[in-house]
Amino acid sequence: MTTVTVDKATPTRKVKYGSMSRDRTWALRWSYFFLVIFAIFSLTPPIYMLITSLKSSAEISAATNPWWVFHPTLENYVGLLTSNQFLRFFWNSAIVSIFVVTITMLISVPAAFALARMRFWGSAVLATGVFLTYLIPETLLFIPLFKMFAVIGDWTGIQLINRWYVLLILYPTLTVPFCTWIMIGYFASIPKELDEAAIIDGASWIQTLTRIFIPVAFPGIIAATIFAFTVSWAQFLYPLVFTTSTDQLVMPVGIITSLIKGDVFNWGQIMTGALLGAAPPLIIYAFLMDYYIAGLTAGATKG
Amino acid sequence: MADVTLRKVVKRYDEVEAVRGIDLDIADHEFVVLVGPSGCGKSTTLRMIAGLEDISDGDIMIGGDIVNDVPPKDRDIAMVFQNYALYPHMTVAENMSFGLRLKRYPKAEIKSRIDEAARMLDIVELVDRKPKQLSGGQRQRVAMGRAIVRNPKVFLFDEPLSNLDAKLRVQMRIEIKKVHQKVRTTTVYVTHDQVEAMTLADRVVVMNHGRIEQIGTPNELYHKPATKFVASFIGSPAMNFIPCRLEDLAGKLHIRLTDRIAFPLPPARAARYQGIPRTDKLLLGLRPEHITEARPHLASGMEAFDTVLDVTEPMGMETLIYFTLEGSQVCGRVNPNAGAQDGAPLRLAVDLNNMHLLNEVTGVVL
Ligand SMILES: Nc1ncnc2c1ncn2[C@@H]1O[C@H](COP(=O)(O)OP(=O)(O)O)[C@@H](O)[C@H]1O
Ligand SMILES: [Mg+2]
Repeated sequence: MTTVTVDKATPTRKVKYGSMSRDRTWALRWSYFFLVIFAIFSLTPPIYMLITSLKSSAEISAATNPWWVFHPTLENYVGLLTSNQFLRFFWNSAIVSIFVVTITMLISVPAAFALARMRFWGSAVLATGVFLTYLIPETLLFIPLFKMFAVIGDWTGIQLINRWYVLLILYPTLTVPFCTWIMIGYFASIPKELDEAAIIDGASWIQTLTRIFIPVAFPGIIAATIFAFTVSWAQFLYPLVFTTSTDQLVMPVGIITSLIKGDVFNWGQIMTGALLGAAPPLIIYAFLMDYYIAGLTAGATKG
Repeated sequence: MADVTLRKVVKRYDEVEAVRGIDLDIADHEFVVLVGPSGCGKSTTLRMIAGLEDISDGDIMIGGDIVNDVPPKDRDIAMVFQNYALYPHMTVAENMSFGLRLKRYPKAEIKSRIDEAARMLDIVELVDRKPKQLSGGQRQRVAMGRAIVRNPKVFLFDEPLSNLDAKLRVQMRIEIKKVHQKVRTTTVYVTHDQVEAMTLADRVVVMNHGRIEQIGTPNELYHKPATKFVASFIGSPAMNFIPCRLEDLAGKLHIRLTDRIAFPLPPARAARYQGIPRTDKLLLGLRPEHITEARPHLASGMEAFDTVLDVTEPMGMETLIYFTLEGSQVCGRVNPNAGAQDGAPLRLAVDLNNMHLLNEVTGVVL
């Protein structure tokens, strides 16, 4: 019986294999085609920014080939990196992002653990609710929030508007729901027996979280960290609305307000500032990506 | 002392009653296997002993103390899971020592316990590896090692071998038995595999639909099943059940299988079944090894009859034969030299000294 089936199956499989490899070739070609288009689309703006940042203001306004630098200069870089104001923006951004990432992880990791593992009344609704929160855009929220903080300021005397630390309250409303959602997914993929084994071994919930779940779901933690950092580093609307004094500004808003004077655009420094501003996320990606991908594949095999 | 006692233990989930009142006494050092078909409540029972599930009703005692509300970590038990549940980010040694480290055992003590367990399980050279660098059998050993180093009152195993291939399963079965002989820890072992249950257990608990069908030593269950369920669940190939009636012929009690075939019962059996109404619908339970080729001189209690075989399965040491009696398929085991062939007639003998008589309606062995 068995032999017969095998004999029958072999030729069919061969044909299939041939067509499959042809399909594969085409799939590869198409994916490369789209990858190239995608790469062109996403790399053109930064290249243009780099070119512009190396030009003097005179060359930018001159009618030369915008894609070539005839007289490269670092004056924009020197100008920004020696400007106390720009360094202040950078510093504010860094402080805000580091605090926000820390706050986010401190909230969303335990929250995700509770929602993924401890079945309590309303936990399923809460998990969905967390995600729905994320879907409400900040454009809808910033005016009511502004009003709220103003009222709180009037009642309690605690001044939150036009202080950089107001962002530590605002940004987590964007990062916590999404990071919690990511972490719920990672925690849910950990087999139930793993925490049961830990519980039998005598671990408390906290120990199960810190000694089993966090190490096992480390790729997820990295992903959530990257997300939280990117969101807080690039956030524009909230700092634009809630902070106005130059010493309270973070970089995206700072660049716009200090380098655009009326209708005069200092393009060279704007591009330089944007490039320098993009550097920290890039560096973080570069460092954590290896870890992230290695972690992904390692986590895929069942322990 | 590490005896385990279950008193009328019930587990209700929202709609279903997974465990419906279980009474079980497990002695110190005993190896007890819970066996039964999938979904009969074995795992639930085990998890209630472990403390991973709340008990809806009844009491569980470990070492004489009621542990209904004691959390798992304070029950002094260790559990081995079907999918091993090793911590993937820890080495073998770290996996095994996790529980001890949480309890802040001295380093030297931890090390000596790991060494001892690793030697016992033959995984000494694996202690620095991560679980993903291990084969299935090795992972299973580590999972057992993690249980052994804790030196608990009770070992709990939930289908620990069902992820392994057949050959490795037999090997690990022997390994588990050896370990138990060495450490003598009270063990509750869950499996759906009756062979595993028979080979490992001091006592087997057969479960069905959340209830205990029968408790006994492997031999008791095999030779004196209490119900049709146990009779058909234990033993492979399974026991034959042939519809039959009792009949008085020439002053002797007979068992009638078909219009043509009726056997006189051996005296001991006749005395035992005398009181059964002759009209009751009964089943004759006979294990395949008690249906053999007829020899010229039949021992007492052996009765011969002629049949035509449907199919034969030569196994080497013996040949399994299949034939039909009154519409039901019957399996027997004959000598390979008995001349059994597909579709050929053969004279067979049944050994009525080893027969079982069951009530067809209630399934009770009479
Ligand atoms: N968490 C649960 N919720 C509801 N029903 C459950 C749950 N766990 C198990 N059951 C039910 O209880 C019964 C026994 O399950 P289990 O003890 O796992 O059986 P098994 O003997 O195969 O180990 C099954 O019918 C199962 O569907
Ligand atoms: Mg089970």
